[in-house]
Amino acid sequence: MEKFTTLTAVAAPLSMINVDTDKIIPKQFLKTIARTGLAKGLFYELRYDEEGKPKEGFVLDQPAYRNAKILVTGKNFGCGSSREHAPWALLDFGIRCVIAPSFGDIFYNNCFKNGILPIALPQEQVDLLMDDADRGANAILTVDLEKQEVTGPDGGTVHFEIDGFRKHCLLNGLDDIALTFQKDDKIDSFEAQRQVSQPWL
Amino acid sequence: MSDSASGPRTLFDKIWSSHLVDRQDDGTCLIYIDRHLVHEVTSPQAFEGLRLAGRKVRHPDATLAVADHNVPTGDRSLGIEDEESRIQVETLARNCAEFGVEMYAMDDPRQGIVHIIGPEQGFTLPGMTIVCGDSHTSTHGAFGALAFGIGTSEVEHVLATQTLIQQPARNMRITVDGDLPAGVTAKDLILAIIGKIGTAGGTGHVIEYAGQAIRDLSMEGRMTVCNMSIEAGARAGLIAPDETTFDYVKGRAMAPKGGRWEQALAFWRTLPSDEGASYDKEVTLATSQIAPQVTWGTSPQDVVPVTGRVPDPATVADEAQRQSMERALDYMGLAAGTPIQDIAVDTVFIGSCTNGRIEDLRQVADLVKGRKVAAGVRAMIVPGSGLVKHQAEEEGLDRVFMDSGFDWREPGCSMCLAMNADKLQPRERCASTSNRNFEGRQGRGGRTHLVSPIMAAAAAITGHLTDVRELV
Repeated sequence: MEKFTTLTAVAAPLSMINVDTDKIIPKQFLKTIARTGLAKGLFYELRYDEEGKPKEGFVLDQPAYRNAKILVTGKNFGCGSSREHAPWALLDFGIRCVIAPSFGDIFYNNCFKNGILPIALPQEQVDLLMDDADRGANAILTVDLEKQEVTGPDGGTVHFEIDGFRKHCLLNGLDDIALTFQKDDKIDSFEAQRQVSQPWL
Repeated sequence: MSDSASGPRTLFDKIWSSHLVDRQDDGTCLIYIDRHLVHEVTSPQAFEGLRLAGRKVRHPDATLAVADHNVPTGDRSLGIEDEESRIQVETLARNCAEFGVEMYAMDDPRQGIVHIIGPEQGFTLPGMTIVCGDSHTSTHGAFGALAFGIGTSEVEHVLATQTLIQQPARNMRITVDGDLPAGVTAKDLILAIIGKIGTAGGTGHVIEYAGQAIRDLSMEGRMTVCNMSIEAGARAGLIAPDETTFDYVKGRAMAPKGGRWEQALAFWRTLPSDEGASYDKEVTLATSQIAPQVTWGTSPQDVVPVTGRVPDPATVADEAQRQSMERALDYMGLAAGTPIQDIAVDTVFIGSCTNGRIEDLRQVADLVKGRKVAAGVRAMIVPGSGLVKHQAEEEGLDRVFMDSGFDWREPGCSMCLAMNADKLQPRERCASTSNRNFEGRQGRGGRTHLVSPIMAAAAAITGHLTDVRELV
């Protein structure tokens, strides 16, 4: 997994609430057996019509935002289905950070497995960052994970909270499975003790 | 959650602490996973990850796989027509064979929707931790198990280590007292709950459902309620195990037997929340307030009683909320103020992990017997598993359905999410017993109204959303 330390990039505004993961990546793209190549399905039904022709006006298709690496959006982003294809699609497009007042639980977890930083901030602060993101090519934000800060184009800074362990793993690009294997003896002893206390399992 | 070893604990607290393998100073926990259900959509990349790293599945015996999302619900002997679907299903079979994981193939009578086969087989038991790469894993919480959906990377982690890195959730209790009125089902109850607390009302929490109305539900009713906990944003849903639970589990294929059964029972009886256990959030609901529910919009929280009307965005003060509602009405092709019962449907889907079980089918059969599906309505009934299908046919329900003009299908996820051939065309309108009405969920441009099985059946008969209480 690629590390996340600091990111200075264009932020795209997606001013919608309750964006579910079906909207982020519709079901027809779930038939892949790979993790990559999903950018073509990202927000598909907002970007292409029923015949598959591009629609006008979706934010990520506008020239200023085609290389956006940050998304600023509304509350409860990523609710619904557990599909990890949602962060995969965002990553494949180039998005490494999503800023919103709140997230769907499973989506939030899935982001960390893919080197994407989800940042939850109070609504008022997200509203200000959304205004910043509306500036097109000038919508440049800097995200500093170590300092836990987001800096806007005018230099204003907001602080964000993040779980210490998740921060550590993201900063260092650590692989969860490798970390857990370091505790293999604890898993062994848990299983041994279980055999005795709950033998029907 | 309660850290105190001696203080009163909730059901969630007890399951969590009995599965704790390791706890770091920062509070990050490693919890043991008792059961891992696997399906074809969210596992290929996980198995590939194991393969690339040269790792094995730690506990094939704790793992059970089935293909359900992509499988056709028509004649299976013809195979799967869609190439990508076929590849995905074949990949699951190949992965299971390579890694030694048991899988129910499409022609296995036990095959079905992953959250229906687990309980049927006694794979799902009280007090367990159960995961699957599917958000409706919350279904198994009906047994007093901690059951939740995970992403593919976590699927790989569980396959490799039989554990998960997790933070404990907070406790929420929703208490429902009273009797469910006639014509009002478990599905209406959970829709009403989601309508009340909202699509993020449970975020960060595990919801424990309590109260007389919950205790009075059968296991299938409890599964329906827990199934949709994710639609309220909850990590998981839980119902304390009791005699209803034990009666259901006893004798099932993978349930403990003999002396092991007695031991398990003794342990399971210690699970219900202690008197005085504290919850971070409490909500109550009175059953007298609940009528048959219908969703009008594109979120499960967009729910009204069938006697109600499509709401008016002009009455909504919050701008983001109003815009969201306007967008939903536009997508759904509905005008504000329209009485729900004026809305005609062209499609009815009865099935899914929410409502594809034998009791759902019996209720539908009772309602439609001697009646016909309205002209112009395509109505399909998809049993949740081969065992459900077999039992329904033993009871003659299939004849009742077909005589009324319903299409009786093979088991699978079917039209719930249109990854197989069963889908809505743009602007078709469906009364569906599934769990999500998001834009495009049942097919691009498809319009979904979530309802209970008897409400879906009523809509099939009349051709429009109908108060089922007036039909019985």
